[in-house]
Amino acid sequence: MTPVRYGDLLGILAPETILEVVSLLILFVDLGFLRSAATATRMRVASLLGAAGAVVAILWLMTHAGAASVMGGALVADRMVAAAQASVLALTALVLLLGLRSRFSRNPGEYVALVLLATTGMMLVAAARDLLLIFVALELLSLSLYVLAAFAKFSASSSEAALKYYLFGGISAAFMLFGFSYLYGIAGTTYLPEIAAKLGQTPLAPITLVAMALVAVGLGFKVAAVPFHLWAPDAYYGAPAPVAALIASGSKVASFAVLIAVTAALAPTWGWTLTLIVMAAASIVVGNLSALVQTSVRRILACSAIAHAGYMLLGIAAHTEASNRAVMIYAITYALTTVGAFGVVAIVERSAGTDRLDAFAGLSAQRPLVAAALLVFLLSLAGIPPLVGFWVKFQLFAAVLGAPGASGWALAMVIVAIAGSAVSLYYYLQVLKRAYVTAATTDRIVQVSGFEQILLAAIAVAVVILGVAPGLMTGFFTAF
Amino acid sequence: MLAWTIYLSFGGALLIAAFARRQPQLARVLALVTAVAGFLIAALAFFTQTGVTAIADCAWIPAMGIRYTLAADGISRVLVLLTGLASVSGVLFSWNIERRTGEFFAFYLALIGGVYGVFLSADLFLFFVFYEIAIVPKYFLIAIWGSTRREYGAMKLALYSFIGSAMVLVGLLAAYTVSGGHTLNLAALQQYAFPVSFQMWAFPLVFVGFAILAGMWPLHTWAPTGHVAAPTAASMLLAGVVMKLGAYGCLRVAMTLFPHGLDPWGWSFLGIGSWRTVFALLAVIGILYGAAVALIQNDFKFVIGYSSVSHMGLVLLGLMTLSQIGLDGAVLQMFSHGILAGLLFATVGRIVYERTHTRDLKALSGMHLGRTLPFAAWLFVIAGMASMGLPGFSGFIAELQVLIGAWTAFPVFTVLAGVGIVVGVAYTWRAMQTAFFSDAPESATASSASDEEAHAHEPITWAEKAGVALLLAASLAVGLAPRLLLDQITPAVLALPHALLTGGRI
Repeated sequence: MTPVRYGDLLGILAPETILEVVSLLILFVDLGFLRSAATATRMRVASLLGAAGAVVAILWLMTHAGAASVMGGALVADRMVAAAQASVLALTALVLLLGLRSRFSRNPGEYVALVLLATTGMMLVAAARDLLLIFVALELLSLSLYVLAAFAKFSASSSEAALKYYLFGGISAAFMLFGFSYLYGIAGTTYLPEIAAKLGQTPLAPITLVAMALVAVGLGFKVAAVPFHLWAPDAYYGAPAPVAALIASGSKVASFAVLIAVTAALAPTWGWTLTLIVMAAASIVVGNLSALVQTSVRRILACSAIAHAGYMLLGIAAHTEASNRAVMIYAITYALTTVGAFGVVAIVERSAGTDRLDAFAGLSAQRPLVAAALLVFLLSLAGIPPLVGFWVKFQLFAAVLGAPGASGWALAMVIVAIAGSAVSLYYYLQVLKRAYVTAATTDRIVQVSGFEQILLAAIAVAVVILGVAPGLMTGFFTAF
Repeated sequence: MLAWTIYLSFGGALLIAAFARRQPQLARVLALVTAVAGFLIAALAFFTQTGVTAIADCAWIPAMGIRYTLAADGISRVLVLLTGLASVSGVLFSWNIERRTGEFFAFYLALIGGVYGVFLSADLFLFFVFYEIAIVPKYFLIAIWGSTRREYGAMKLALYSFIGSAMVLVGLLAAYTVSGGHTLNLAALQQYAFPVSFQMWAFPLVFVGFAILAGMWPLHTWAPTGHVAAPTAASMLLAGVVMKLGAYGCLRVAMTLFPHGLDPWGWSFLGIGSWRTVFALLAVIGILYGAAVALIQNDFKFVIGYSSVSHMGLVLLGLMTLSQIGLDGAVLQMFSHGILAGLLFATVGRIVYERTHTRDLKALSGMHLGRTLPFAAWLFVIAGMASMGLPGFSGFIAELQVLIGAWTAFPVFTVLAGVGIVVGVAYTWRAMQTAFFSDAPESATASSASDEEAHAHEPITWAEKAGVALLLAASLAVGLAPRLLLDQITPAVLALPHALLTGGRI
């Protein structure tokens, strides 16, 4: 056991520390000075402070580049990790800014502080390379999200969402921990690279397969892959919009980052690859088909999230450097697009009181800019060029097909994935049809602030630009 | 220079979406100016350039060897010219769109931009990007401004297109990986010798993916419903250029990249021994089926819609002849059908429907349109004659070449295709007779003279006259001087892989 050098630890954890300090600061300001202020003001102050903290952390990440590791490699910093962390931070900032006007909570300080805690968890998850650390970080993330999902205290569906999320999450975390303990028993270490070395040397034992299946439960839950996806539609549907956006975006990015790390340890065995492929195929088919019949836009986004998780799992199963990078780029751009889509959903919900498809009727006539942004987001999710969703799919599938040793199964899976995305156009168009084709059924006007419009437009422009000039995304990875 | 057709169209679309949403007249004028500019550029290139011209080439995604490459050969220039003609006449025939005018023309120009892009792309990735860009505007054009079962027709069209392009994407990714993952440049991939076993499955996959959009039987069903549901200008574009995207993809991508996919399998079943025979058979079935179904339709637009399926069958048959004359004919037929289908849809959907508010042949037969709307009647006579292959118009020379090419390859199919053309005369004649020159008595009891006054139709507008003149002139010019097009097409056809010109024999 190498001694811990606390100076290094602080250096590598500086962005997380910044977030922690900011979240305490927010609690202090909110509870100390703003107790008597209006809730809207408190929400605004807390969210802006939180977003500012995330931006500071990003700046720190960008200025303190370089590979490093502490505690014998249990916690690492490299380009991929830094890119994932910066994206998570940026997504959190966007979620907070888009939620400036949300009114689901009377305790804005606690809400934003928890969001930042969850973000800290995401960042640690992305950087952890040790089973114990991974588990602790995942629990920090999950526990914060459980609380956040229940944060609309007066909404029954919020409580329901949180309870389902918590029960599924708690059980799958237990399974995962059990699997981790088996892995430790087999390899005699919790450090991922050493597990990889150990598993590579020994023939595949049945107990290893059991361990992998158990780990797959836990991580499958985090990325909402079939058959561990059942919580997703309810959580997306019931949770407050910004929280649903957080679950759908930053949490996904972090979970895929850790999935890549775990795969690096388990990939020498065919069992893990097979598990991933089966989950991928099931997610693509189930996600896309179940989305077809939804009438709630949030549920559509949840089902599409399951399908997208399937595409990304394919890339993880291929497990090459190119495919891992493709998965991370996919996860980040997908998360960005989803945050935008949830932003539009939140705006419509605020006026209509529901996220049913019909609530979107006539959006383009009332709010052309918001409707155009929604058009960009959903078409990008469907994979229509020149939006970024097409490019990342192309890159991912090319990487899967190009992986050494990939042949029959890779082609078959890519065909399944492309067929799935062909199906997906139907349900995305169902939303866009309401927004553009159907006339509004009521006179109420969708309320939207100028700031929200600017933010949505900026995300939409980013989705277009990243699609037209995909080199920028690769450049983002080399910027750290 | 030709690249500006793309940039102008997208620029026009953005400009209208941003500034002319609430000013219909401004949107119309902007759209017309953009379309005319595109057409002029296309015409200028058509008359001044020969051979293969590189238009643009720069690195786009260096990590994957994808480049932004635009180039044009004779086939591209012909189809770009067709797009220019169709876009200008489409704007003219949509002059009366009053609802959400700005958005209409924005979607319209976005579609046109995508179409130009497909015809000019020399990199497969870029090709595919433009190909898919064209899908979304089609959906909205039909779903928002369409008529009969518009949402159904629009969704069907969008899904068929997207599924077709998904098949193409699989083939494209496979070709990219098999060739080593360096490039998606069409010319470079063409040099790469794909294993024959690979071509044997990649070719039909990609070919069918494109042929869905070309209206190949039995995957044609989006075409009639889509055409009928679409507003006039969108029908014109769908039949006129979008179906050509499919046929162009079949030729430019599927056949050019995987010429050995057309080789015999080495065994045969019921005389079918290669993908070539399979697709030729499907093409002939399409010709006959489309014509037969057109013969019994009661909706005037369905007649034209199914006739499109029939005519596109001739294009596919021409492609499968694998001879210079047949391929010449196929490209010529693409151009000819683009013009004539546009003209027919304009007559039925705009000139007649906007005045009578019905497309039901039975209802039209009581209106004596031959007398009350002589312009439409004579126009349909001329366009119908041209469409059934009257010498002097573009359809004749195109069909003749396809049939000559097909004769050596598939004598039986050629005879059947000939039958299809005869049925084409019959359905055109029937529609013309019923809609315009019927003796059926008025349903009303009033004397015909006063009734006709009551039914006096709005005069033909300048926009309609201009659109008609443009399309008719193009069809006549090509019919009288096919060399105009053939001088461009033939060298480009001769530059195709050798196997495509020698009936599959190398």
